[in-house]
Amino acid sequence: MSLAVEPKVDSEIAAAKTEPVRSWPATLHDWVTTVDHKKIGLMYIGMAIFYLVVGGCEAMLIRWQLFYAHNNFLRPDTFNQLFTMHGTTMVFFMGMPILIGIGNYLVPLMIGARDMAFPRLNALGFWVTLFGGLLAYFSFAVGGAPAIGWFAYAPLTEPAFARGLGTEFWCLGLIVSGIGTITAAVNFVATIIGMRAPGMTITKIPFFAWTMLWTSVQILIAIPPLTAALVMVMLDRDFGAHFFDVQNGGSALLWQHLFWFFGHPEVYILILPVFGMITEVIPVFSRKVLFGYEFMAAATMAIAFISLGVWAHHMFCVGMSRMQDVWFAVASLLVSIPTGIKFFNWLATMYGGRIRMASPMLFACGFLSMFLIGGLTGIMLAAAPFDFQLSDSYFVVGHFHWVLIGGTLFGTFAGIHYWYPKVTGRMLSERLARWQFWLLYIGFFVTFGPMHISGFLGMPRRIYTYEPSRGWEFLNQLTTIGALIQAPSFAIFVWNVVWSYFKGRPAGDDPWDAWTLEWGTSSPPPSYNFASIPTVRSRRPLWDLKHPDDPDWKYE
Amino acid sequence: MSASQPALSSATAIPGGHSAHAGAKPLTASQWGMLAFLLSEVAFFTTLIVVYISYLHRDRVGPTPRETLSLPLVIGTTICLLSSSVAIHLAGMALERQRQRLFCCWWALTIALGVAFLAGTIYEWHDLIEVHGLTIGRNLFGTTYYTLVGFHGLHVTIGVITMLIVLGLALGRRVTHANQIGVELVSWYWHFVDVVWVFVFSIVYLFGR
Repeated sequence: MSLAVEPKVDSEIAAAKTEPVRSWPATLHDWVTTVDHKKIGLMYIGMAIFYLVVGGCEAMLIRWQLFYAHNNFLRPDTFNQLFTMHGTTMVFFMGMPILIGIGNYLVPLMIGARDMAFPRLNALGFWVTLFGGLLAYFSFAVGGAPAIGWFAYAPLTEPAFARGLGTEFWCLGLIVSGIGTITAAVNFVATIIGMRAPGMTITKIPFFAWTMLWTSVQILIAIPPLTAALVMVMLDRDFGAHFFDVQNGGSALLWQHLFWFFGHPEVYILILPVFGMITEVIPVFSRKVLFGYEFMAAATMAIAFISLGVWAHHMFCVGMSRMQDVWFAVASLLVSIPTGIKFFNWLATMYGGRIRMASPMLFACGFLSMFLIGGLTGIMLAAAPFDFQLSDSYFVVGHFHWVLIGGTLFGTFAGIHYWYPKVTGRMLSERLARWQFWLLYIGFFVTFGPMHISGFLGMPRRIYTYEPSRGWEFLNQLTTIGALIQAPSFAIFVWNVVWSYFKGRPAGDDPWDAWTLEWGTSSPPPSYNFASIPTVRSRRPLWDLKHPDDPDWKYE
Repeated sequence: MSASQPALSSATAIPGGHSAHAGAKPLTASQWGMLAFLLSEVAFFTTLIVVYISYLHRDRVGPTPRETLSLPLVIGTTICLLSSSVAIHLAGMALERQRQRLFCCWWALTIALGVAFLAGTIYEWHDLIEVHGLTIGRNLFGTTYYTLVGFHGLHVTIGVITMLIVLGLALGRRVTHANQIGVELVSWYWHFVDVVWVFVFSIVYLFGR
């Protein structure tokens, strides 16, 4: 294993990137037919960033419509289509693909493998996910996207209420991309359990790989019920079945149970890998060993299991029995225990460390501060009586954006800034990264903070306009201004990624002086990852190599 | 490939994609992959079964399960499917003992039993539709019955097609002791489809009537 730390000169990186200069059809053919986990991972990330921009533009249109009371910018039906596709896009075509993509790139490198367990299945998973997304967006071409909301409550999906073919394409898109997600999860389980480097017992596994494993288990349990439920919607619509058709004895409530049995594990699918990234970043930038690895690992498992029993906290207002309300409230509050363990362990890792505030750590700190607040509003909403008051209000919209952007997105940015040098061999511009961070951080507060207040003042989610007398106008204007502050942050990010790819400072193999295996190979890694498969003796194999006099395996 | 990287074929390189490390590993990566896939299938069928049970006997219009479902036929198809599990197990044992001809025989018998099950289902559905007028749109029983039994039948069909491919390869002498892992995974899938049928049969035809 090469441990050279001297940065390569520009020409060498360029040579490694392009290898022999090739025509663009050959390059395209190369990418379309690749089964290399790194290229597939990058394609997942590219797809996710594309859909991030699409979903972001939808959000900007929604925000512009709500800037004034009685605004006529969008028609009500268009507004409904936009918030449906915004939610669907961000969850299915941005959130999961970016995490699966980062996992795809990193998991084999971190566990010392040459590829995923099933490389061709991996390629299938990506293409199926991509075309699932395109299929859902094809609904715009056949008379309009569905206007049913991302959780598509029955009976809105019944033919009487959703007349166009948009709902069919939406269902097909989610079924198809769901199959892609399941293949990715199968691949992660097989790779992480079956293909670790010699010596890497399950208790020495890098933390990000551990969280990807449990995310995959959640995907395997949560996505198939959604697939089954979507098939039922299509059977109802196109073959005259009666699953959710109340007039013929079907049950609208059943859809809610099926959807949220998927929907709640889904939010943990979207956050567990981010916990993993944060857990990789914080020790490296605090120059300390992770505090309480075993407790962190157990907490990850606990979250994965508890999350399967909390789904009906999305349904307190539907009128369940007292017993069910209490059960789901208590189960939801239980999640805060393992999450709290993680939080305090991150803080304890930072405590007394020599903290380097480089951009990955900056985003990690952004994550910690934001996720704390999002978690606290989550505890508020898990209390059933509180939820009775604020369910389906802007408070809920504020809450979940706070965890999905403040949590998932900030954490993902921490990961991307951390591993970008490994992927490209170049450093991202720290100056641009700081602009990106502060614009996002401030814009984020201004956007989603006022949503909590407008929710308290009674503003329901998904309304396309409101009365000026309700006192919501100023808060909505703040929210829209916040979105306008965030928009350039994403532009700076994309610019930074592109600019640094060509002009960034050469990074060398291990710019952060990190400890996991991916930093032991070259940047960018060769197609075979490792010339010889490394042998591992502790959780920080590169520390052992750099400090043969004081290796970790003496203490673990 | 830059010059600083030694070639892949160094002495320490571990060949192949499934390079599980040495030592007492109970399962290979492909086996874990199959188990993960089957876990997702368990989640899928559990959803369909839960929906079937939650709509059971909720209909206000007939026909009901008791009026329509014929036990003798289904007991016959069930025997076919369950004995196919035995046949595929014997096929695997034959392959392990490197007896190719015997493997092909047991494997072909498994396929025949699977096809017999499907033929029984086709006959049953024809009867249900033509004689009893039970369609997917007739009532909740029709909706949930055809969905659950239909998805199981789809899995049997996929299994039969996969086994036909393996049989074709085996007749071309390309299934050997060396690559029996693929055969083993197909048989895991087939056993799983059988186990699902045990639940479907018990719930739909025994307790649900």
